[in-house]
Amino acid sequence: MPDAVGSRGGGGGGKLAYTLIGLVLLYALLIVLPHLVSFSQKEILVFLTINVLVVVSYRLLTLTGEWSLGHVVIMGVGAYGSGLYAKALGVPVPLAMLLGACTAAAVAFVLSFPLFRMKGFYFLIGSFAAGEIIRLLWKRFREPFGGPKGLKLLPSFPDIEIGVVTISFFDPVNYYYFCLIVVSVSLFILYRLERSRIGLTFHAVHWEDRLAEAVGVNTWRLRTLAFVTASFFAGLAGALLGHYLTTVNPNQFDVEQMVFVLIWVIVGGTATFYGPILGVVVLTVINEIVLRGLGVDQARPLIYGAILVATMLFLPQGLESLVPKAKALFTGRRPAAPQGQRAGAE
Amino acid sequence: MLDLFLQTVVNATYAASYLALVAVGLALIFGVMGVINFAHGELYMLGAYAVVYLYVEQEMNYFAAVAIGLIFLGVLGAAMERGLFRPMRDNPLGGLIVSIGLLLMLQAAVAMGFGVRMEHITAPYQTVIQVFGMEGVVIPLQRLFVILAAIILLGGLWVFLRRTRLGWAMRACAQDNEAAALQGISINQTARLAMCIGAALAGVAGALTAPLVRTYPYMGHSVIVAAFIVIIVGGIGSLEGAVIAAVLYAFVHTFVTTQFDGVIADIVGLVMMMLVLIVRPTGLFGTKDRA
Repeated sequence: MPDAVGSRGGGGGGKLAYTLIGLVLLYALLIVLPHLVSFSQKEILVFLTINVLVVVSYRLLTLTGEWSLGHVVIMGVGAYGSGLYAKALGVPVPLAMLLGACTAAAVAFVLSFPLFRMKGFYFLIGSFAAGEIIRLLWKRFREPFGGPKGLKLLPSFPDIEIGVVTISFFDPVNYYYFCLIVVSVSLFILYRLERSRIGLTFHAVHWEDRLAEAVGVNTWRLRTLAFVTASFFAGLAGALLGHYLTTVNPNQFDVEQMVFVLIWVIVGGTATFYGPILGVVVLTVINEIVLRGLGVDQARPLIYGAILVATMLFLPQGLESLVPKAKALFTGRRPAAPQGQRAGAE
Repeated sequence: MLDLFLQTVVNATYAASYLALVAVGLALIFGVMGVINFAHGELYMLGAYAVVYLYVEQEMNYFAAVAIGLIFLGVLGAAMERGLFRPMRDNPLGGLIVSIGLLLMLQAAVAMGFGVRMEHITAPYQTVIQVFGMEGVVIPLQRLFVILAAIILLGGLWVFLRRTRLGWAMRACAQDNEAAALQGISINQTARLAMCIGAALAGVAGALTAPLVRTYPYMGHSVIVAAFIVIIVGGIGSLEGAVIAAVLYAFVHTFVTTQFDGVIADIVGLVMMMLVLIVRPTGLFGTKDRA
């Protein structure tokens, strides 16, 4: 039985210092980064930051062993919710974003009753059906969802005035910083959650659900908790996206988007916290720099599909499984015992 | 009023026919290999594009184009089994995930080869036949082909599975892979044959409906969603269930579309599937095996 908990965290004070230095360097890079890239790449940085939250929240769901095809629609629930609260009810945008995320969590809670009667493949198909139903409802009902064209002219994030300085979030760089803060806080919460007793129990539910039940773990409640929490953060990501684009429509959250999330997560790997982040960052960089540079826009899904198939066949534990090997190469030590889960393995 | 009702019955029969061709293949593949082939809608789409390429662009005889499409899809199905699904055999959701990758690749390949524009193919036979002896109830000959093909091919498959040794082997694999292997049945060969048949059925459905629908690289999506609903409602892995559920779904969908609109009909179909998943996950005709 592979150890899915990962080997990071814990350790002595020396390791902690390294981690801190690493984090400081990482954030220094992330803060400087938008000033080094072109305008369109600044926009992509905003999307990438939001997508990091999507994949990490998706991974929380996979921790309990269930693979959902409804995650992107749940993200859309956050975007639609937040947009409607801000536009139709006049709620201030920051509060609307939180309410949108709560709406996504509430929808997930309601869906958990039918969905958690299913497992494995049935859960996958059930979540797909539930997501499609929600998406078709957006498409069908012009009031209040705007029909196929969706919601337009959503209020954007309000300017902040500090003394004489006005920070406009119309500027992608400022919105990027804002997303960076929100996503960082969210990732911290998700990380602490996984490290907590509850997070460890998620792993137990995944690998030994019968045994976990036998020692008194309420697996249904834990699955629901993972699903609702993941959906909250997906909804938050949706709200961040909606108020940046100031428009949401049903096609933004269709199954193709879900497939991309799946590819990011699987290519990155799901055994470690950083795996999905690695996946989304590497694939976005490949997408934006290599593919855009080559000018092969139409071939993009072809290459993405090929990457997914190749990963499943030749690197089933994802990019993250290369990290210990790279580390070992760097320090000249033998790599630790292989760890991690294969995508889709029950 | 009666003629509208009867016309809807005729339309639903046609919808049930091509849906059954797609869904039975999907159910067969799941039954024998335990894999859900997400790219099945794209196999249907490739069948339609075989007609676009051979019949429209190369000006070949229509039925020759359909036959070549069938063979091409059969070979492609066998290749998928060997290249994608066999390495994923011990990974329950792995086959599904690689088929999603293949789905993207096939869509993009067709979009690059033929463009994303919708193509409208003129049907080779424009004859329209009156049925039930009523003025307002008609069926175009092309739709009748689809219904006949479904009856002949699915009937043939049924006989094959019940009356031949190879068919018995296939059913044995569907019941218990390991026990079948112990009887000397080659799991690999059986799986390849199942993929071959499943893909060819989807290809025929696509090739025959191509002149009736608009062909475009993403046409597989609505078909695969409908096929999923059908195999879940019918009981996953059950071929008879898939046929009966295809008829049921096609009638519900056609009647709701006629009464309300297409989106509502899609929602009703998905709700039907959710209800089955909640109340009776083995479907209307499924057994506990493979559930």
